[in-house]
Amino acid sequence: MNLNALWEYANPKKFISTTDRVLPWVSVLSVTALAAGLIWGFFFTPEDYRQGSTVKIIYIHVPSALMAINAWLMMLVTSLIWIVRRHHVSALAARAAAPVGMVMTVIALLTGAIWGQPMWGTWWAWDPRLTSFLILFLFYLGYIALWEAIENDDTAADLTSILCLVGSVFALLSRYAVNFWNQGLHQGASMSLDKEEHVADVFYYPLLVSIAGFVLLFIALVLLRTRTEIRARRMRALLARERMG
Amino acid sequence: MPDLGKYAETVLSAYAVSIALLIVLVTVSLWRAKRVKKQLEDVEMKAKRNG
Amino acid sequence: MIALLIRDLRLAMRAGGGFGLGLAFFLIVVVLVPFGVGPQSTLLSSIAPGILWLGALLACLLSLDRIFALDWEDGSLDLLATAPLPMEAIVTIKALAHWLTTGLPLVLAAPVFGLLLSLPEAGYKPLILSLFLGTPALSVIGTFGAALTVGLKRGGLLLSLLVLPLYVPTLIFGAEMARRGAAGLDVTTPLLMLAGITCGTIALLPFASAAVLRVNLR
Repeated sequence: MNLNALWEYANPKKFISTTDRVLPWVSVLSVTALAAGLIWGFFFTPEDYRQGSTVKIIYIHVPSALMAINAWLMMLVTSLIWIVRRHHVSALAARAAAPVGMVMTVIALLTGAIWGQPMWGTWWAWDPRLTSFLILFLFYLGYIALWEAIENDDTAADLTSILCLVGSVFALLSRYAVNFWNQGLHQGASMSLDKEEHVADVFYYPLLVSIAGFVLLFIALVLLRTRTEIRARRMRALLARERMG
Repeated sequence: MPDLGKYAETVLSAYAVSIALLIVLVTVSLWRAKRVKKQLEDVEMKAKRNG
Repeated sequence: MIALLIRDLRLAMRAGGGFGLGLAFFLIVVVLVPFGVGPQSTLLSSIAPGILWLGALLACLLSLDRIFALDWEDGSLDLLATAPLPMEAIVTIKALAHWLTTGLPLVLAAPVFGLLLSLPEAGYKPLILSLFLGTPALSVIGTFGAALTVGLKRGGLLLSLLVLPLYVPTLIFGAEMARRGAAGLDVTTPLLMLAGITCGTIALLPFASAAVLRVNLR
């Protein structure tokens, strides 16, 4: 495949017409995978011998936490593309992804708190992972607030993408700082490549389906919201031209 | 309905909260998509009429 | 460059904000804490390092929007942008001026305020050293935030929202160092990490601040 062909989708018209065809499929697939993963996980998995039925929360908690981080990574990549190649679609995609990522962060935090209450005996502990997620939430808040505060589209895109770059470095730094600051309660990675550390297979396969569902849902939402942003941007441009002439 | 034992409340509330949040996110996205699309069409119509 | 620094310092002095306001704010925070948590000196001495760091951080935050606001309003920022000086140098000087008028007084005043919070004897040296190493990073990061919000009306609240998460690593290592020092533990690791973060931000962040400022002046 010719990689250069990828840049064609940076044309807003082309993007809209392509997503017109792709979006229904992605939406249907994401709903199917999400429903399958969650129903499988909720109804047809055994209880963990220590955690009891609370283990079922994993099918929401882990995928949303993964997507919270991946959404930020995606914003980082699209911000870089905007800075280097100045494709509007890229900047708008970053803008579209931020609220989705923020909701994922909130879901991860909330399900974690609800799970922690019976398991750790507390809603909240200043554990490194929990704290890092709270900090990630603050980064999302700042990023979204900056987009909303600036009127000029291009200025906003420039400033937020630089903020995203700087923020990524500091978010990473915070992660290690927080690790240093407090050793935590949180269990190790449930999704590592090392077979030994894995959660057991009965939990693993529905978890995979559920993760696929969250990924697809994220893609569908970002495509949808990017289309909205493209249209909103075009509308602002038309209105501005009208006022001028 | 599976037997959730003594943690029924925990599990159900976690699922309820998450699914509610996801539904809100999807609804808001769809609603805004629709509204912006409509507004853009209006503006484009007006622009065309004015030449 | 030196002329710009002197001009900034003189402006800060004349406006009366720089030195006075930050210090007064720091003092008020320190005075209010015992009202909030009670006057027991054992409790106070155990939270003193954290409170002092937090107070210094908030005092620093308070004066950030002044870094560019005045120059933006009277147009001298546009003049500076067309000057032969590179933008990176301008933001560095601005950050330095901010540190000299806000950070340095805070560092010097911290021991006095430590007295008020019955900071343990062993805690003074690490506290001063950690503030001395950490506050430059606060100024540089703050300059970045100020550059981001320079053109905005009511940018103050947004500025805090943007800058505070960026302060997290500095605060963690700084306060950890002060806390360990006060408890008589070894401070080498947080000391090195704090120094590393400060050096890193001073070396790299002015480029980001300058890029942001150029966008805002476009």
